[in-house]
Amino acid sequence: MKHQLDFEKPVVELQNKLNDLRQHPEKHSLGISFEEEIRMIEEKLEETRRQIFQNLTAWQRVQLARHPKRPYTLDYIRHAFTDFHELHGDRLFAEDRAMVGGFARLGGHRVVVIGTQKGRDTKENILRNFGSAHPEGYRKALRLMRLADKFDLPIVTLIDTAGAYPGVAAEERHIAEAIAVNLREMTLLKVPIIAAVIGEGGSGGALGIGVADRVLILENAYYSVISPEGCAAILWKDRANAAKAAAALKITALDLLKFKLVDEVVPEPLGGAHTDPAAAAANLKQHLLQNLEQVLAQSVAERLQTRYAKFRAHGHFVEQTESTANGVVPQAAT
Amino acid sequence: MLGAGMDTTTFTKKTLGLETVEPALTPPTGNAPAFTKKPKLGSGKSRTKKREMPEGLWTKCPTCETMLFDKELDENLKVCMKCNHHFPIGSRERIHSLVETCTFEEMDAAMSSVDVLHFKGASTYASKLEAYRKNTPLKDAVVTGLCRIGDQRVALGVMDFNFLGGSMGSVVGEKLTRLIERGTEKGLPVIIISASGGARMYEGMFSLMQMAKTSAALAYHAQRGLPYLSILTHPTTAGVMASYATLGDLILAEPGAMIGFAGPRVIKDTTQAELPPGFQTAEFLLDHGLIDAIVSRQAMKAQLIAYLEFFTAGKKAAAAQ
Repeated sequence: MKHQLDFEKPVVELQNKLNDLRQHPEKHSLGISFEEEIRMIEEKLEETRRQIFQNLTAWQRVQLARHPKRPYTLDYIRHAFTDFHELHGDRLFAEDRAMVGGFARLGGHRVVVIGTQKGRDTKENILRNFGSAHPEGYRKALRLMRLADKFDLPIVTLIDTAGAYPGVAAEERHIAEAIAVNLREMTLLKVPIIAAVIGEGGSGGALGIGVADRVLILENAYYSVISPEGCAAILWKDRANAAKAAAALKITALDLLKFKLVDEVVPEPLGGAHTDPAAAAANLKQHLLQNLEQVLAQSVAERLQTRYAKFRAHGHFVEQTESTANGVVPQAAT
Repeated sequence: MLGAGMDTTTFTKKTLGLETVEPALTPPTGNAPAFTKKPKLGSGKSRTKKREMPEGLWTKCPTCETMLFDKELDENLKVCMKCNHHFPIGSRERIHSLVETCTFEEMDAAMSSVDVLHFKGASTYASKLEAYRKNTPLKDAVVTGLCRIGDQRVALGVMDFNFLGGSMGSVVGEKLTRLIERGTEKGLPVIIISASGGARMYEGMFSLMQMAKTSAALAYHAQRGLPYLSILTHPTTAGVMASYATLGDLILAEPGAMIGFAGPRVIKDTTQAELPPGFQTAEFLLDHGLIDAIVSRQAMKAQLIAYLEFFTAGKKAAAAQ
């Protein structure tokens, strides 16, 4: 395996050894049986995997979320959806290839699927702008979501972006406004919206397609208000402290679930989604379908009310009235 | 990028005399005039307390370098008499400059932030909050309330950059959301005056979610056909820009205000490109079509009254038919 993270090394080495043994059945002709050895290595591999991947730090998960082999939006669309018909353009300025979308089928449901798309190699990354959309991406997403709303098609969004693109052109065409309008308009769309963070949930760029009835997150994905590096640069004046920042920001799937900032964590194959993309996609499909069917069962009024209440509830603060200002325990609200 | 510039620990030269300004807009009562207090010089801390400064302090305008007499500058709403440079202004002074006397009924004045993540950085969030509560007259980065501007009842929210760089955490999001909801419920226009470095990273994803929360409240306010005016002041950036600040029926800005999504340094580092002159200023955004009008601070109140009259007159005329 060409791309590997430091902490993946022991697993990758064992895996290579195992593959080697399996690929040389001719050695059996010498009368030596490798079966025992293969079984032992398999056991050791499982054990090593469990040890490493069941106790990942926040920073390790960030690295997994950014793994160059991790399945991207179009990979999930290929594996978990069928009948994808891509639709292009924001009808205003350009086609932004960092944001993909179109018709697709999820199980028995016809839906509109939208997601940020990273590139696999340099050439594709230039095309996809490394998964960071310009205003056109967010406006295209909204155009497709309105289309879905008009024709009663549920919306699925897949989020995997380091953030909206910080560039001169993006500012000139008002990327902040494009995101803000999406936040407002997604609140009022009548059809079900299911969002899933599949890799990086980079701040406003992620939220710009993330206002949904259900927000899911893959086990090793992260969702954060600021990149760990950006936070480290501000707090420690040094991006090298990104690991500390990642831990402080509480950005892992399990942390977010604990704070009820996401609705569900979608398990990944042990070792990360990239070790078995088909299995990861099957898990995601199952969770998307299950949530979609639950939200479809709601009336439109109930759906919109629940969606509003869900985002309305995010926040922690205290309210001290005049009489409790001096030492009386303040009433906590969430 | 939402955290750009939010970690401002240094105050501006002075906090604009907020310490002894009456919270609501009651007329001043028996406060000792500033000049009766003996100035404390030499200690760094006293620089943030205007009332302890000697009478007759002069401020140098950073744009035209004219020395401005503080009293006159205050009377001119902190706008340079010579070149129209807009100095930062605190939320209380801002409210005072806009609303009719004694009409501001503050909402949620006692709401304050908690360190929900137990955030540990170079310093803790809890200690930051404590320091800002101690060194400013503020509980958090926004003041909200119902008031009257001209003849019009309005739900008004004013951010304050002096509190943790005006960053938006749960309190800012909650107070603004309640304000918008109250506006929707009572059929009132909403005006929000922004000054913010963006989302407050110390509250992690709770901060990000305030963007969705406030925008959602504005969706229902708009659905009732009620006007929302967003006023951008120096500086308004990042998560605040990518939510309520850019959702106004009208988007106004003060002259020279720095306004944008990503911080200029982040853009420079990412793109390795030179930034165009005047990039991310109010004037730049007017030229690029985001802002309805640039309105100077002295003209703001009259402009708001005029705009509100157009909004309500149209509705009234339609209702009469």
